[in-house]
Amino acid sequence: MTTVAEFKIQYRQILGPQGEAVAPLPQFAQDAAEVLRMYRAMTLVRVFDAKAVNLQRTGQLGTYPSSLGHEAAHVGIGAAMRPEDVLAPVYREFGTQLMRGVTMTEILTYWGGDERGNDFAVPRQDFAWCVPIATQTLHAAGAAMAFKVLKQPRCALAYIGDGGTSEGAFYEALNLAGARALPVVFVIVNNGWAISVPVALQTAARTLAQKAVAAGIPGVQVDGNDVFAVREVVGAALETARRGAGPTLIEALTYRLSDHTTADDASRYRSGQEVKDAWALEPLIRIRKFLLTAGVWDAAMEQALLEECALKVDAAVTEYLGQAKPPTDAMFEHLFAALPARLREQRLIARKYGAKASDH
Amino acid sequence: MAHGWEMQHDANVVVIGQDVGVNGGVFRATAGLQERFGKERVQDTPLAEATIAGMSVGMATHGLKPVAEIQFMGFLYPALDQIVNHMSRMRNRTRGRLSCPVVIRMPHGGGIHAPEHHSESTETMLCHIPGIRVVCPSSPQRAYGLLLAAIRDPDPVMFLEPVRLYRAMRQDVSDDGQALPLDVCFTLREGSDVTVVTWGAMTLETLRAVAELDKRGISAEVIDLATLSPIDIDTILESVAKTGRLVIVHEAARNVGVGAEIAALVAEHGLFDLQAPIQRVAGFDTIMPLFKLEHDYIPSAQRIIDAVERTFD
Repeated sequence: MTTVAEFKIQYRQILGPQGEAVAPLPQFAQDAAEVLRMYRAMTLVRVFDAKAVNLQRTGQLGTYPSSLGHEAAHVGIGAAMRPEDVLAPVYREFGTQLMRGVTMTEILTYWGGDERGNDFAVPRQDFAWCVPIATQTLHAAGAAMAFKVLKQPRCALAYIGDGGTSEGAFYEALNLAGARALPVVFVIVNNGWAISVPVALQTAARTLAQKAVAAGIPGVQVDGNDVFAVREVVGAALETARRGAGPTLIEALTYRLSDHTTADDASRYRSGQEVKDAWALEPLIRIRKFLLTAGVWDAAMEQALLEECALKVDAAVTEYLGQAKPPTDAMFEHLFAALPARLREQRLIARKYGAKASDH
Repeated sequence: MAHGWEMQHDANVVVIGQDVGVNGGVFRATAGLQERFGKERVQDTPLAEATIAGMSVGMATHGLKPVAEIQFMGFLYPALDQIVNHMSRMRNRTRGRLSCPVVIRMPHGGGIHAPEHHSESTETMLCHIPGIRVVCPSSPQRAYGLLLAAIRDPDPVMFLEPVRLYRAMRQDVSDDGQALPLDVCFTLREGSDVTVVTWGAMTLETLRAVAELDKRGISAEVIDLATLSPIDIDTILESVAKTGRLVIVHEAARNVGVGAEIAALVAEHGLFDLQAPIQRVAGFDTIMPLFKLEHDYIPSAQRIIDAVERTFD
């Protein structure tokens, strides 16, 4: 037997759990203003997330998937992408979306059961949340194909969870992207759990990044709690894609500190000790310590930031709660570009029997 | 031919699928396109139907108009997740911000001695999906005009191409860029005694049957449904008001077939125009058999004649 192929998967970390640099800082991380921008974004996501969970608990929001613990992965990616790129999220990546211009009101509107939340004022080109698992990876590959055909220097980025890597669509997307050298980046946010199923039951593979190998594309692992490493690795992958050198698969290792959604109770299937251990590695601690050590942050600034975030979130909540229920015509309005004659009768029935617009 | 016209006139139209490039499609529907328009606009995809549908969603939401080919309707099903969960609802769930001007073409039905899984007609699965159109032409000229309309339509269209027409019917088609309307039936033949609604290749058997019925003094009006969803029920109701009898003919299995929807609509809106119970002539509620029995599965002209005559009992 001779070896005809072999592979290795590299792992990237820049900031250790205590905020210590374990590798040379990239350019952006040497710019205090830029680091503060990311830290502020991460903090806003966390404050927003807690409020959204609270809204659900008090009956003011539908089932909601918390992003607690994912802030570095989501913000690092948001910082690495360009405005003209396209994001294909799963359903948890609020940090990236907020950085790209999606508003908290829009996020709450969607999770409050109203499609208007998907009509982002900015960015118009991004995909909305994808609830079916892994299908969004093919949308990103298709968008990347459009950029290639139309000769636009843009990239698509698709998120996927660790559980999603078991789906056929994920492999198909990697395969297509590799075979056509598409300008797309796939990021697996490996948070350890697909609802109640741990990664070890999804696959025998040592890493999820190595799923890239069979598709003939690079796969790399990154500390998903380290916003510097995420931004660096994703930024490099996007630039590779942008210059026509093909796709990359990135596995960001993090932990889902929350339940899967507000409809879930993770205490049924994982130990409190595991969650406690994960909290020691969570992403905000290390960047805050980094900023404190660098002398550009202090307790008063932290307090002011938390208050500022709370005000922004409250304003969004007020706006969200003040929206009237959509009229029944909304079910018909965007079904097609123009409503087929056949459906007009049903629109009238809906109007006749539908709840009044003022009924929340 | 419709592909070529539209690609010539709309630079955003791209053709994708398995073997659509150098090979020109297994039924030759895309022959010569790659030579004319290049490998970017006429692309062979990996052999994966979910890929074809899923990438179409991504391409269509970002500036292109993909015309995708699924090699046979029996191989469509891996793509259904993308069609049901994304393509059909993209416009609705984004309130019109993103949309999917996609055409998915696929061979439909049996009768050409093909292997297993190559002769299905499962349009009813597609017709149940809100937000997409399902179109099935009944002749080469209609295929040309309806395909142009489908490509130009701003929403997803499932375009079912009856395989018997690829083989059985030769027709000079004028390549004039003239689209036919979607969402309307075509009256293939006027008549006064009975309305026969059908589509796709079943128009061939139906026209043979009504020619025979003519000799027996029964004048049948034949309506080609053409757009299977949404159904143009008004044309059918007008015809039934005139004839007082309705026979529906389709190759697909009868159970929850498109014929059931037509029968229900006529019962709801035109019951008092009917002088006889509605008759359905359809494929059996069995698995489409291998080719030795396929012509016993596909409704014959005789079955159609007998069903029409039952409405005069």
